Amino acid sequence: MAQVTLNALRKIYPNGYEAVKPASFTIEKGEFVVLVGPSGCGKSTMLRLIAGLEDITDGVLHIGERVVNSIDPADRDIAMVFQNYALYPHMTVRKNIGYGLKNRKIAKDIIHQKVEEAAHLLNLTDYLDRKPSQLSGGQRQRVAMGRAIVRDPLLFLFDEPLSNLDAKLRNQMRIEIKALQRRLGVTSVYVTHDQVEAMTMADRIIVMNGGQIEQIGTPSEVYHFPASTFVASFMGAPAMNLLDASVEQGAVVLGGQTIAALAGHGPVTVGIRPEDIVPDAHGDHAIEVTLIEELGAHRILHAIWAGQPVMVSVAKDVVAAVGPLRVAIKAAALSFFDPRTGRRL
Amino acid sequence: MMRREWIYAWLLVLPAFVFLITFTHLPAVEALVNSVWTTAKGRRPSMFVGLGNYQKMLQDPIFIKAMINSGLYAALTVPTSIALALAMALLVHRPFKGVAAMRMAYFTPTVLPLVAVANIWLFFYAPGFGLIDQIRQFFGFASANYAGQPDTALYSVAVVTIWKEAGFFMIFFLAALQTVPETLREAAAIEGCSKWTFFRRVTLPLIMPTTLFVSVNAVINAFRLVDHVFVMTKGGPDNASMLLLYYIFETGFRYWDTAYAAALTVVLILILSLAGLGQFYAADKRVHYK
Ligand SMILES: Nc1ncnc2c1ncn2[C@@H]1O[C@H](COP(=O)(O)OP(=O)(O)OP(=O)(O)O)[C@@H](O)[C@H]1O
Ligand SMILES: [Mg+2]
Repeated sequence: MAQVTLNALRKIYPNGYEAVKPASFTIEKGEFVVLVGPSGCGKSTMLRLIAGLEDITDGVLHIGERVVNSIDPADRDIAMVFQNYALYPHMTVRKNIGYGLKNRKIAKDIIHQKVEEAAHLLNLTDYLDRKPSQLSGGQRQRVAMGRAIVRDPLLFLFDEPLSNLDAKLRNQMRIEIKALQRRLGVTSVYVTHDQVEAMTMADRIIVMNGGQIEQIGTPSEVYHFPASTFVASFMGAPAMNLLDASVEQGAVVLGGQTIAALAGHGPVTVGIRPEDIVPDAHGDHAIEVTLIEELGAHRILHAIWAGQPVMVSVAKDVVAAVGPLRVAIKAAALSFFDPRTGRRL
Repeated sequence: MMRREWIYAWLLVLPAFVFLITFTHLPAVEALVNSVWTTAKGRRPSMFVGLGNYQKMLQDPIFIKAMINSGLYAALTVPTSIALALAMALLVHRPFKGVAAMRMAYFTPTVLPLVAVANIWLFFYAPGFGLIDQIRQFFGFASANYAGQPDTALYSVAVVTIWKEAGFFMIFFLAALQTVPETLREAAAIEGCSKWTFFRRVTLPLIMPTTLFVSVNAVINAFRLVDHVFVMTKGGPDNASMLLLYYIFETGFRYWDTAYAAALTVVLILILSLAGLGQFYAADKRVHYK
């Protein structure tokens, strides 16, 4: 278990592309940090910098007490789980899991014992003598996990480990990985483009966009207090509603109506989560519902508010129909952004 | 409906089938038949001798020499050309500046006809003014006639084969190396696996099917490719570079002992089949097919 510190870590690929702009943050001992962002935002690059699979262009990387900038991946005492699992196809599950230990010249009986333990922990005992090609996707995923945990490393790195699994298995493995990490207490960095995974698994989320860190915070902070319109629209499904409004004499005005108080003057972007708009016969605001999306536990009402599209999320027992609807908003739940920069005000 | 499809199928394979039977299967059977008869000569008609031709081989010193030479030749050319091919493939399978030119250079010998290659090497070997002799003379060694001396003739021929074949086999290894996923290399790097260990424990097993394929071809070629013997040594001097197939040619078309040549051919086919089968059998347990 180790603390990981990035100090202005930066990556420019040989072709001149700056995949990671100078990034600084600290991952605490035993913390589970999720790097999330859209495809191509530099998540994998960041992870590979930490792993040592890419050279660091600039900045300093600490794992534990050591500066590891110029230390080989093998000597960083880390374990990584790859998206395609990277299992050795010609080796049995047993050999796959034990391979890292074997390379480190650990005694055979100790390897045997550790592999058995890991297999037991991951429900792989019955499959130890199979080849990866004879396993299901979920089992392969577990073998990849096993390979990481037998090494007892300072740090786990995961690069989209669940994205090759079907939705049901993904949910199950998500919980298993999280539980395992809790139990082992190993510091972990987990890369995903799936914001649900990020929300459910993370102690802290790092949201990236275009090589830049947009926000670092707990799932709740990132969800309720997005640092930018990018974070607001990326995290949460359905996404946060972003509405154009203006600030006039200390009040935010949308569609001719005051919805909140805010200092300043000029245009503003208002962010409201779909569940923070509530149907209310005595509500102050009128919207026009155009479409209802049925999701079982709740419904999404697609509507127009002051000429702008909004989504409203209501519980399944709320009666709703296409047509005009009066709603109230939870003023405390509003976020305000500068429309020019997209940053939170 | 079913019948019509069958007719179509047969019609489609018919041309290939006809040629295969006329030029491969029939001659093979005919060789087998001829090998148990004697060659008809002038007033003496062909007569049945059973295994006579085969017994004759055991007393034929040139045949025995050719067998030993062929064995030695295969033992020299097969492993060396494969090892060289793999080494070259490893050198050029990752992109770097000028990699295309390098691959081209390795592959060039393959596109040249073997007879042309043999002529190039004849020049290299030429005593007095050949490339090798010039180098030797530069370092103060005496002139040597590699292709023309009994103790080096076979090796001279073998070197040409290796030079020609390695580039061809390299292409197969190149393709095979591309199929080893990069993430395996990275996973291994994180697990503390040295480059050499990775090559031995991961790359090599994963490209085993290709290695098998290449080695079967190399063995077959070792017995099949003798064009350069015609150009360089003609089996000589004193049968020092006599190979089985060349001996078959000499027996059949220089001395017109076609029956004996047929018997020799049967032996050659037998050797090739056994070599091929044996290789598949032996490698079966060690090959990982995905
Ligand atoms: N070797 C490379 N050379 C040049 N550019 C690269 C290289 N590898 C990645 N990039 C670029 O760097 C950016 C970040 O890539 P990265 O793989 O880190 O994205 P990612 O966030 O992991 O995306 P995904 O979710 O699709 O995996 C991309 O725009 C990519 O095109
Ligand atoms: Mg990625």
